[in-house]
Amino acid sequence: MAMAALRREGKRIAVPLISPNPINPLRSTLASSQEQTPFGVRSISTQIVRNRMKSVRNIQKITKAMKMVAASKLRAIQTKAENSRGLWQPFTALLGDTPSKLLIFIVYWVKGNRTHLKAVGSSSQLPHVEKFETSNITSKCYLPLSHSVGPRDYFLFVICGYADVHSLSGAFVAFQLENWSYQCAIICPLGVDVKKNVIVTISSDKGLCGGINSTSVKTSRGLYKLNSGPEKECKYVVLGEKAKAQLVRDSKKNIQLTLTELQKNPLNYTQVAVLADDILKNVEYDALRIVFNKFQSVVSFVPTVSTVLSPEVVEREAEAGGTLGELDSYEIEGGETKSEVLQNLTEFQFSCVMFNAVMENACSEQGARMSAMDSSSRNAGDMLDRLTLTYNRTRQASITTELIEIISGASALEG
Amino acid sequence: MMRQGPRVLLSRAMRWRRPFSTDLQADTAGDSKFIDAWKKLNPNMDPPKTPISYMKPRPPTPSTIPSKLTVNLVLPYDSVLSAKEVDMVIVPASTGQMGVLPGHVATIAELKPGILSVHEGNEVNKYFLSGGFAFVHSNSVADIIAIEATPVDRIDPSLVQKGLAEFQQRLNSASTDVEKAEAQIGVDVHSALNAALTG
Repeated sequence: MAMAALRREGKRIAVPLISPNPINPLRSTLASSQEQTPFGVRSISTQIVRNRMKSVRNIQKITKAMKMVAASKLRAIQTKAENSRGLWQPFTALLGDTPSKLLIFIVYWVKGNRTHLKAVGSSSQLPHVEKFETSNITSKCYLPLSHSVGPRDYFLFVICGYADVHSLSGAFVAFQLENWSYQCAIICPLGVDVKKNVIVTISSDKGLCGGINSTSVKTSRGLYKLNSGPEKECKYVVLGEKAKAQLVRDSKKNIQLTLTELQKNPLNYTQVAVLADDILKNVEYDALRIVFNKFQSVVSFVPTVSTVLSPEVVEREAEAGGTLGELDSYEIEGGETKSEVLQNLTEFQFSCVMFNAVMENACSEQGARMSAMDSSSRNAGDMLDRLTLTYNRTRQASITTELIEIISGASALEG
Repeated sequence: MMRQGPRVLLSRAMRWRRPFSTDLQADTAGDSKFIDAWKKLNPNMDPPKTPISYMKPRPPTPSTIPSKLTVNLVLPYDSVLSAKEVDMVIVPASTGQMGVLPGHVATIAELKPGILSVHEGNEVNKYFLSGGFAFVHSNSVADIIAIEATPVDRIDPSLVQKGLAEFQQRLNSASTDVEKAEAQIGVDVHSALNAALTG
């Protein structure tokens, strides 16, 4: 009974305790409750610890609820995203994937009447190319040797930074290499070189979704570095508040367009088509690189970049006979001219790829939010356990103190 | 003999088709170049993946004409047919109905709203497509990408008539070019639907 009264007393005393000094939440609650006790108050207050426990318990409830909401939203959107995965595959099958700006050459050469490939240049070693002449076998090229490969093997080496390489397709070159002399080699470019790159970064509007927006922004910045150089320009189109906030800090003048509040209404193809139309109308581009997080599983999101080339670049590459060389062999049905059909094709490709990208990113956002909220509620639970222990210790210490005072008081009266 | 060498090689190279869309070898090589370039500039970051790594490689062009055509019909919301072996498909290209058999020449066709019929043995499945693109590759794989594809028996004739009347009226009363274009699209689609139901 005495203890109940003391505990009630502790509650009443706690009120003036809290108001004078603002409690620094980083300091230990036990120490603060003891220090805050002014002279004359006999019990240690458990009010502070109790307040913290209440707030942590509320946080735990909120994060658990957010996890449930994210899980249900994920379930709704995951089937749609997986169904939309077939949409971009025909385009990649037709036009290939051209993320790289470097020009890659396949060299296939003969010696006499046998085919031998002597040198393999790795992509990091840049061969020293002295001179190319498209008509005659006059140039010399020195390649670093690594190992010999068998006949009819293809290998690749990279020449980059070359000013106008399109005229080199189908060139003949003679190589003088150690004691071997090569009669001819066919060079054909494999990669695609573009001048105007536009990076479309897809991110979420709301926060608390783990690190996916930061990875998208990091990937975009990396792509920007890869695609910037003399005579090249690179711009951003940003979808979503979070990426906008991060990119505005250092690349404000490179951002061409920002779009937010994508997920106000449930995502559908019509909305994304309008969005794609908007972007295509307002932005000049040779290549669009869409950066998003692909949803692999509830705990794994992979940053991905999809490339869509503009119709002029596609036509140029198809004629030059490189990566898209086979495109010329396709018959075109419909439309007045080939370029009109190609334009419709690239616009359609962009809207399809955007649709898939936006859905995958939305899935990744919900999945990341689920795992972030899950770890948050787990942390809150741990904190609550620790606070409960502290609370019990404080409570027992105050009871013991009161008991000691009473008993020592009583024994002083007797004895 | 030396001088003939380059010419022989050139003719051989021209016949040798660069591995491209039907062969994944070059594409993965292209990817590895991208990865190398990325690693040089951003050594501490993993390079992003590209769509090629998520795709199953397509079969190469066979030397003889295969007996069946592989059809993929994809919509934004669903893959209606994926890698289905059929005998023939008839696609509604904007230049008219186009029949595609195995061994068809590689084609890119723009589609207009109309009926796609898939012939498999004796059965014929008809879908009404809203428009899109069709690619026929040289390895007898046909990709058809459309926005909507509904089986013909699910179309309601009364709604079609109503829609047709409404869009025709809108076309007549349209003032700006944009309105005219939109009304014209509506009229086209509904007349195609009408034709699909009757024909």
